[in-house]
Amino acid sequence: MSTRSMLGLFQQPEPAADAMDGLKEAGFELGSFDVLTGVPYPEGAFGEYVPQHRLFRFPAFGAIIGFTLAVFLTSVTQLAYPVVTGGKPILSLFAMLIIMYEMTMLSAVIASVFGIIFESRLPNMKPGIYDPRITEGWIGVVITFDDDSRVADAEGVFNRAGAVEIKHAS
Amino acid sequence: MQQRRSLDQAYTNRKLLNGQLDTPKWWAPTVIVLGILVLIGIGVISVMINKGLGVTGLSRPVFWGLFITTFVFWVGISHAGIMISAILRLTQAEWRRPVTRAAELLTVFSLLTALVFPLIHAGRPWRIAYWIMPYDFGRGIYPNIRSPLIMDPVAIGTYLTGSTLFLYVALLPDLANLRDRTKGWRNSLYTVLALGWRGNPRQWKMQTVGGILLSALMLPIFVSVHSIVSWDFAVVPAVEGWHSTIFAPYFVIGAVHSGVSAVVTMMALMRWLWKWDDFIRPEHFDALARLLIVVATGWLGFTFLELIFALYGQDAPEIALREMQMFTWPWNMLFIIFFLTAYLIPVPMWLFKRVRTNIALMFWTSILVNIGMWLERFLIIVPGLARRTPFVYTWDSYRPSAVEWTIFIWSFAWVTFLMLLFSKFFPLVPLFEQKESQVFTDDVMIGRAKVPAVLREAD
Repeated sequence: MSTRSMLGLFQQPEPAADAMDGLKEAGFELGSFDVLTGVPYPEGAFGEYVPQHRLFRFPAFGAIIGFTLAVFLTSVTQLAYPVVTGGKPILSLFAMLIIMYEMTMLSAVIASVFGIIFESRLPNMKPGIYDPRITEGWIGVVITFDDDSRVADAEGVFNRAGAVEIKHAS
Repeated sequence: MQQRRSLDQAYTNRKLLNGQLDTPKWWAPTVIVLGILVLIGIGVISVMINKGLGVTGLSRPVFWGLFITTFVFWVGISHAGIMISAILRLTQAEWRRPVTRAAELLTVFSLLTALVFPLIHAGRPWRIAYWIMPYDFGRGIYPNIRSPLIMDPVAIGTYLTGSTLFLYVALLPDLANLRDRTKGWRNSLYTVLALGWRGNPRQWKMQTVGGILLSALMLPIFVSVHSIVSWDFAVVPAVEGWHSTIFAPYFVIGAVHSGVSAVVTMMALMRWLWKWDDFIRPEHFDALARLLIVVATGWLGFTFLELIFALYGQDAPEIALREMQMFTWPWNMLFIIFFLTAYLIPVPMWLFKRVRTNIALMFWTSILVNIGMWLERFLIIVPGLARRTPFVYTWDSYRPSAVEWTIFIWSFAWVTFLMLLFSKFFPLVPLFEQKESQVFTDDVMIGRAKVPAVLREAD
């Protein structure tokens, strides 16, 4: 038994949504098929599984790390190498706050970008079956399964929904 | 949004990727000319570093001149990116779509250019490491974290890193598009950069939610950066005209005025050079001009407020400075040009729709604004230092040298050169945003009028 992928290509959103419904009705597991588009369609436009994410934890975590580093940089280093300038205190809160603020924000941004990439499940160096026409407006419905006997079922669903083309990969 | 017309996705790809998939005829000669200017500029910078700051017009008591003015100017221009991109993204303004990428790009390249100026202004740039990098234990001291010289690089570094990452994340779907349309080494490059993007609902959701999240994070950074740049001046109580309490918001709003104007200039050039009439339409210039009227008038309010603070306090040195700025040759001539170009000519013109939707007029008025805004920074920085003050035993009027002017011109050539280089490899208008607007658009009948409407999800 080998893992097989199949891609049904559609020119309009409605038949692609019909194909997604058909795959559900044919008993394919929810996580085994997905829809690929060149533009962000409204959530649920294809009756697809709505992904959950934890993106908002990333900036919070990043901010904590950044703030901690900033406190260290602005206080510990100044206490370790105390230089009195113009009679000002060694730990000058106003100047420290600026550095702390910027480092906290920087770390939150970096963590957010890391989060966006991670939650998008990227980088994906083996993206699987695909068609360049998807970025020209076509819609792809991709399904992966282990059971070879189900090839005909999936093909049937795609054909009934009006797929313009069906591609196979194993 | 009455001018919208239906465009299919293949057409959008063909038109908006024309810079990457074909090379326009004007591209190579322009890049060569700009490249020569950039090389000349680098040569002049090298000579200046070799000979020292004596080749500039800087002399006691004016030690901050054209370089620092141009630094503040480019930091100001950089504020366009986040202002346009983040605020319009958060408010889901439809007209943002063709504008955002160019604005973000302008942020990144103008910040990169701005950073060069304090570096070369230091005279011996390698020594700047002793000010900002946390090392040099050999001398038994650590950089003074309380100095604005630390605040500036930290703030600008944060803004530059954040803006670059913001730009990259929003580029991912377009990189996949380029991967799908190219062959050979370019295909390999885009395959790596696109990280395996396929366009499934999870990836699109992250693109949308992530864009909003990054916008929300970048906005406070954008406000902080020019505030901190203004504090470079505001923490110097000895120089009149530098220590106004409204400097931070005054600098921020001035930066937005010049930055958004620079976006207008860039949008007009993009429309003309790449023939993107279908995507960058008069309605976009109309919206930007409306925004500019509000921003410019806010900025004018701050300018008057600063003058009123000076006059109301009846502080003799402060009044002497204002007299010098406004009534003494040659500062008065610069002041008049500044005031005319930054506000009095462009803003009343923008009140008329036929001006706002005339791209040539918008182009020239936006250039006027930036001439004025550069002069504004010059008039803030130089007269304050050039004014005769007690206990200063030597003074001279500041006249920028040919070296300074060459480096000033280099900065414009450099930013344009980087932009054109970028345009050869990456799209300047976000394709997926443009296509999304087509997907969400439909015609709605209201009475007997057919109105183009934009549909939006409820949450």
